[in-house]
Amino acid sequence: MIEIDDKDHQLLARLADGLPLVSQPYAEIGAALGLSEADVIARLRHLLTMGVIRRLGLIVRHHELGYRANAMTVWDAPDDEADALGAKLAAYPFVTLCYRRRRQLPHWPYNLFAMVHGKARAQVLTQIDQLNDQVGLRRLPHRVLFSNKRYKQDAARFGTGLANAR
Amino acid sequence: MMARMDEVDRRIINALQGGFPICPAPYAAAARTIGIDQDDLLQRLRRLRADGLLSRFGPMYHAEKLGGALTLAAMAVPEGRFDAVAEQVNAHREVAHNYAREHHLNMWFVLATEQATRIGEVIAEIEAETGLAVFNMPKQEEFFIGLRFEA
Repeated sequence: MIEIDDKDHQLLARLADGLPLVSQPYAEIGAALGLSEADVIARLRHLLTMGVIRRLGLIVRHHELGYRANAMTVWDAPDDEADALGAKLAAYPFVTLCYRRRRQLPHWPYNLFAMVHGKARAQVLTQIDQLNDQVGLRRLPHRVLFSNKRYKQDAARFGTGLANAR
Repeated sequence: MMARMDEVDRRIINALQGGFPICPAPYAAAARTIGIDQDDLLQRLRRLRADGLLSRFGPMYHAEKLGGALTLAAMAVPEGRFDAVAEQVNAHREVAHNYAREHHLNMWFVLATEQATRIGEVIAEIEAETGLAVFNMPKQEEFFIGLRFEA
């Protein structure tokens, strides 16, 4: 765990609402926190270097952007192969998230998870076929779970401003 | 309904998801790389945000590096109770995303907590409130990729 100071926490909390759309947004954030623009910039660069912030960028609403087909594909991969397979999956541009997760036997035998977001279901299925064929996953038990409905898409809100973590 | 976007809007969305300059005048710097001026960029960002296509300019945090925790959890919710259970689950501020999926386990949500111990507590609360089992599937390994959507 990385220790950050109170000002960093306040900065993260402030950023959770989004960077203001003004010409000098870091100065504006700094003014609210009693920090200079230069200090805000230095702290943000440091938080990025440390990996506390993975990236600072535009966060889109993918559903509104037309990405309506959202599939979570899961495989039951042998434990000693799962990491190598996951690394291969992650290299595909249409795979948007990829994790190895704990199984929940007997209810859930799958340990390798890849998200594919696409504009249409047929296209997403073709991409998943490509993964199964090219990464050599077809031999493994697998399932594709499409989502029809999103019930919540929030930034994860924390008192410290630890938002939009994943 | 899809809001209308022109070529410049698409360039903005595609260029700025990966990263945003950290310098005194970041919008001016970003506008230069897109080939427009700062006022045009700010105006377009306001419109895209008003149309609901953009959420915001913000950071993606690494929860674990700050002592927090994240997990993916699933439940098998009887069809007739789905909306009511979704409401019970979403009432927890720790629930970040919640999606209905086509499987016996038909509700999938992400929990994000400031303290790692809180994950188990929230799961126990949801189980008590709904009378349904929550299957916790914490990540054991992450294969990193940026989450990017081409406009």
